[in-house]
Amino acid sequence: MGLFSRVRGVKAPHRKNTADRETVKMSVPETVILSMAQHIGPPCKPTVKVGDTVEVGQVVGDSDAFLSAPVHASVSGEVTAITTIVMPSGQPAEAVVIRSDGEQRVHESVVPPTVESYDDFVKAVRDSGLVGLGGAGFPTHVKLQPKNLEEVDTVIVNAAECEPYITADYRECMENSWNIVSGMQTVMEYLDTQRVIIAIEANKPDAIATLTDIAKTVSKPGREVLVHTLPARYPQGAEKVLIAEVTGRKVPPGKLPADVGCVVMNVTSVSVLAWYLKSGMPLVEKRLTIDGSAVKEPKNVLVPLGTPIKDVMAFCGGYKEEPRKILMGGPMMGIALRDDELPILKQNNAILAFAEEELLPAPSACIRCGRCASVCPMSLTPPVLATAYAKEDAKELEKRGIMVCMECGSCAYVCPANRPIVQTMRLAKDLVRKAQKKS
Amino acid sequence: MVEKNLTVRSSPHLHSGESTKMIMLDVLIALIPACIAAVWLFGWRAAALIVVCVASCMASEYLSRRVLRRPQTVGDLSAVVTGVLLALNLPSTLPLWQAALGGVVAIVVVKQMFGGLGCNFVNPALVGRIVLMMSFATEMNTFPSPWVDGVTSPTPLAPDAAGAYDLRVLLFGFHGGTIGETCAVVLLLGFAYLLWRRIITPTIPLVFVGTVFVLSWIVDGGVYEATYQILSGGLLLGAIFMATDYVTSPVTPLGKVIFAFGCGALTVLIRHGGALNEGVSFAIVVMNILVPLIEKATYRLPFGQKRGGKHA
Ligand code: SF4
Ligand code: SF4
Repeated sequence: MGLFSRVRGVKAPHRKNTADRETVKMSVPETVILSMAQHIGPPCKPTVKVGDTVEVGQVVGDSDAFLSAPVHASVSGEVTAITTIVMPSGQPAEAVVIRSDGEQRVHESVVPPTVESYDDFVKAVRDSGLVGLGGAGFPTHVKLQPKNLEEVDTVIVNAAECEPYITADYRECMENSWNIVSGMQTVMEYLDTQRVIIAIEANKPDAIATLTDIAKTVSKPGREVLVHTLPARYPQGAEKVLIAEVTGRKVPPGKLPADVGCVVMNVTSVSVLAWYLKSGMPLVEKRLTIDGSAVKEPKNVLVPLGTPIKDVMAFCGGYKEEPRKILMGGPMMGIALRDDELPILKQNNAILAFAEEELLPAPSACIRCGRCASVCPMSLTPPVLATAYAKEDAKELEKRGIMVCMECGSCAYVCPANRPIVQTMRLAKDLVRKAQKKS
Repeated sequence: MVEKNLTVRSSPHLHSGESTKMIMLDVLIALIPACIAAVWLFGWRAAALIVVCVASCMASEYLSRRVLRRPQTVGDLSAVVTGVLLALNLPSTLPLWQAALGGVVAIVVVKQMFGGLGCNFVNPALVGRIVLMMSFATEMNTFPSPWVDGVTSPTPLAPDAAGAYDLRVLLFGFHGGTIGETCAVVLLLGFAYLLWRRIITPTIPLVFVGTVFVLSWIVDGGVYEATYQILSGGLLLGAIFMATDYVTSPVTPLGKVIFAFGCGALTVLIRHGGALNEGVSFAIVVMNILVPLIEKATYRLPFGQKRGGKHA
């Protein structure tokens, strides 16, 4: 339980301005736009037609693929269109548009699932529509079905929330602590592990205290619920970093957490799962941190999935000043958006709007100071990789470990020359992938 | 709805606020004690040398960038650092025009012709000094005594002076040498500042000086002799301010150790075996050239990868 980190990183500012604000439920939006591609893997197909009446919790999109999770209606109302939208990544995706009738009638399928076995359990997780947080949106039920299930001995619940500004998971810990712990116990039971560990950064003492109290009362020998305090340092929440920090095990390049006996789940996912098992209500709303210098009333909001960002912003008092940058996610890894029309996705945890660009020095030549290398949690040496990329040397890039770069941005954060390192890393990874395909 | 005015760029969207200029400024601050000591020991000539070298380096930087039509970089202060370091490596009696020439060589030939800051593979100030030594051997090898006009004194490393100085004299710099290398105390002060500001890690200076100490001890056979060696000549100036130059030293932690060891071993070799009394500059420049090789050989294993294991 060390406050000394085993993995490198940076001391990014916390700016958790919204930490003490209780979550408010957003009013029902007029329309929601439900993307069929809210997870990694083949996108869903709409299961409703234009003109259909839908109710909250009803499946509106699904897929036969293993690597997928269904999409549910977040409002009751009428399907007015099935269109194509452009996702933040720039990829087009099909989307179901529902006009809300404001009544939020609940669909008849929303009943607590019967779960008696491991198979029932993973089916329930799939039916809940859960996907992992963070950019990719890995379907949660897939995570819970590793090939080497019997070798998994530890479940880690990720409540690190190391990105600046974001407090959505923290609010979950404060407001739904019992739910979280009961979800943890369920996962532990069905995966048949001895321990489940919730990991939180040291800058959230209230959450640590609350969860530790509950964990103590429910822990049994052989089925332990533990709380692990992480150093408040970015990027403790990155999966590989988290596992190394909590268990001392290092996931080798190209391997999965299960290969070192771990399954990692996000804390909000665990809580939503517990709620689903109790009530049958799938993932239809999400807590988001709305913050940034352009937002009038920064707060945590419980938002129906598919709500356009501009409606969420309007609910937070609108823009105080004209925004110059809108981020989906935190400032370290978030995606800068082209406009505020995009709908909220399952994997979102924050929308930040800034009036002024953070003061960034203009990029200049790399002075080989080594700061980037000394903070890289993946032990990479960016200037060496940048040189290899400039030479288009895919072999060298691969040998030097480019593929383990998780684009956390620690390197670029400290770079005095403000080199666009993360961008270079992304391009270099593409180069390697293309070279791999060719051979 | 807002649109058009939004900036779309790659993450991260936060920055520590550190800049190249701030780093260079810190290096300059670390050099202030050495500059003050130089003027105190060697008088106005030392001040003139510093001013001339800085001016020559800045002008060279400015003009090269203009002629090459590249973005102006004189504001990053790296040329100022080169100028100060070059000046500190010169004897106080050197004609000023020769000093200015050294600055031109350092910036134009060594730095800008290779693409500017970050692209040069040897230390500009050191090569400037070496070129001056080869061109103006007499002037560059005349070392006046501090405070006394017209009297020269052998550097502590000159064959007839070996062991002639009291260690306290060496510590405070009351002996012959270039204007910035003689006073050990102020150089150590600068070292402390650089460490405190985390501009450099202690690896290179400690291993460099440590290697010279241990090898001199073995060769000369005593702690006194070994201490004499590390306080003499340009060792501290070189180890603290020149060998730690980011651009021309390895970025890998193990690479730094090997690089510094090489610098130390070559210094002792040249001091004892070569025709020259002092070998710090040459040692560093030789090791500068080897940096790419050292870096390749000492590349860190990426997270989770086992040595000898297949990469993903
Ligand atoms: S931090 Fe920036 S300037 Fe320093 S070595 Fe890395 S890329 Fe180069
Ligand atoms: S190289 Fe990749 S993993 Fe390392 S700090 Fe940069 S973005 Fe993070």
